[in-house]
Amino acid sequence: MSETFYEVLRRQGITRRSFLKFCSLTAASLGLSAAAMPKIAQALETRPRTPVLWLHGLECTCCSESFIRSAHPLTRDVVLSMLSLDYDDTLMAAAGHQAEAIIEMVKEKYRGNYIVAVEGNPPLNEGGMFCIQGGRPFVEKLKETCADAKAVIAWGSCASYGCVQAARPNPTRATPIRKVIADKPIVCVPGCPPIAEVMTGVVTYMLTFDRIPALDRQGRPKMFYGQRIHDKCYRRGHFDAGQFVEAWDDESAKKGFCLYKMGCKGPTTYNACSSMRWNGGVSWPVQSGHGCLGCSEDGFWDKGSFYDRVTGIHQFGIEANADVIGGAIAIGTGAAIAAHAAVTALDSLRRRAGNKDAREGIEA
Amino acid sequence: MLSQNDVQEAKARGNLAYSLYIYEAPLRLWHWANSIIMLALAISGYLIGSPPPTLTGEAADHYVMGNIRFIHFVASYLFAIGLVARVYWAFAGNIYARQIFLPPVFNKEWWKEVLFELRWYLFLEHTPKKYLGHNPMALLMMFFFFTILAFGMLLTGFGLYAEGADDGWMNALFGWVAPLLGGSQQTHGWHRLGMWIMMSFAVLHVYAAIREEVLSKHSLISTMISGWRMFKE
Repeated sequence: MSETFYEVLRRQGITRRSFLKFCSLTAASLGLSAAAMPKIAQALETRPRTPVLWLHGLECTCCSESFIRSAHPLTRDVVLSMLSLDYDDTLMAAAGHQAEAIIEMVKEKYRGNYIVAVEGNPPLNEGGMFCIQGGRPFVEKLKETCADAKAVIAWGSCASYGCVQAARPNPTRATPIRKVIADKPIVCVPGCPPIAEVMTGVVTYMLTFDRIPALDRQGRPKMFYGQRIHDKCYRRGHFDAGQFVEAWDDESAKKGFCLYKMGCKGPTTYNACSSMRWNGGVSWPVQSGHGCLGCSEDGFWDKGSFYDRVTGIHQFGIEANADVIGGAIAIGTGAAIAAHAAVTALDSLRRRAGNKDAREGIEA
Repeated sequence: MLSQNDVQEAKARGNLAYSLYIYEAPLRLWHWANSIIMLALAISGYLIGSPPPTLTGEAADHYVMGNIRFIHFVASYLFAIGLVARVYWAFAGNIYARQIFLPPVFNKEWWKEVLFELRWYLFLEHTPKKYLGHNPMALLMMFFFFTILAFGMLLTGFGLYAEGADDGWMNALFGWVAPLLGGSQQTHGWHRLGMWIMMSFAVLHVYAAIREEVLSKHSLISTMISGWRMFKE
């Protein structure tokens, strides 16, 4: 019988008092009511803990870097201790064949009852040869590991959408997890990287409640990706007032006005940055004076400049935005109308003159 | 000269041949209300993407973007309701009320008329024809650049609007649009491009109406005001 979450904690010297604090904090960060706290505590005390296997495909490890900086130390300890017991090739002590054996062991022992968390994505071109682990393509390892999993977590924009390695022209054909794994529930946690507390929150939710959180159309947990940056931005008041930064370091920038005109993607980006912030709530991009890049949106590398409000529409082949194309259409239409009107006028003048000639001809 | 079908219809109506009631009151009302709404939508929409110069002072003293967006949203609701009413009128009204929804694309004769109109606009024909409803070329343009585009603008517009609405009916009806088009930012781009195309078409529409009024010797602009089409000559 595998030990419970609570037993793991107690073994690590965490008091019951701290444990209960963690439970209520978790309930709060997941947006649940106070009544959920005893449920979380009970689940963690009685349920055998679910192993998590953390795989790394084509990625930059920024998701891991973010994750290990989770603000609440207990959250970090709790989740990390669970993960390191199982498999995370970046964080675990084991290496080589020993490490790879763990995957096999978990697959057999917890068949259909473990979670696979994937950081990065598999490249599919050339048979997946652009990402080799343990002497074989990552895509094979991914498929095999996910085959007996209960659910899959896609960490970051890489695993969720493809991110920079899938940006045009995507030479390695880096492919998001949901296009490779079709038969498992997938939770997408986009961001480059995602916020640490969002990551631990998702894992804690899945481990304690033994189910995946409510997801939106794009497979993102609604509790963290239900609103846009803009909806909760502390500079929103300046947006509504019509107070904008017009140039870097102008008077408006010093006053902390809205960065909309500087290309901030807050209005089109779903994430929790403006409410949860980063590094334990110290700051976040807009607070530090720079617009949101929209890093948690699908294909954010391919959506034109980070510093334009009206950005490119790729279907037109060139980096043309709606105003450039639309303006050209409007000017073209205007010019065509002017030319057409001129020809119409000339034509009717000519014909009137022609009629006159004809009449004069008859008279003569 | 009237086209074949129109002549027959005019004959069927007997002595009304030189002054016919074409556009009924609800359609006319919709047309002019819609023109004002579309202008308000285009201007406020342009300003949402490219806001006016920044204002100084306290944020609490201004509500410029709030007002611009409010105008855009109210106008878009009016546009949507108007379009729904207009679709209803296509069923309830006379045959001219159906034209912009159902161009007779399977009618060969009609396509010949379209070609004729094209030649007329290219100065290759010297005697314009007269039509009771829309001329075939105008109808074709209207179908693509108003009817289809209007529904496209509604979908993208409400798709964007639904992003601010939580799990309501709005989200259920239009929430799928933005992900389908590659995300919120792309949807904004397409919506804005649609605005430019629609405004270009509006200018073309006004020009063509005035030109036809002058050259083809039957009323167009006053027809949309009074409903009666007068055939001079």
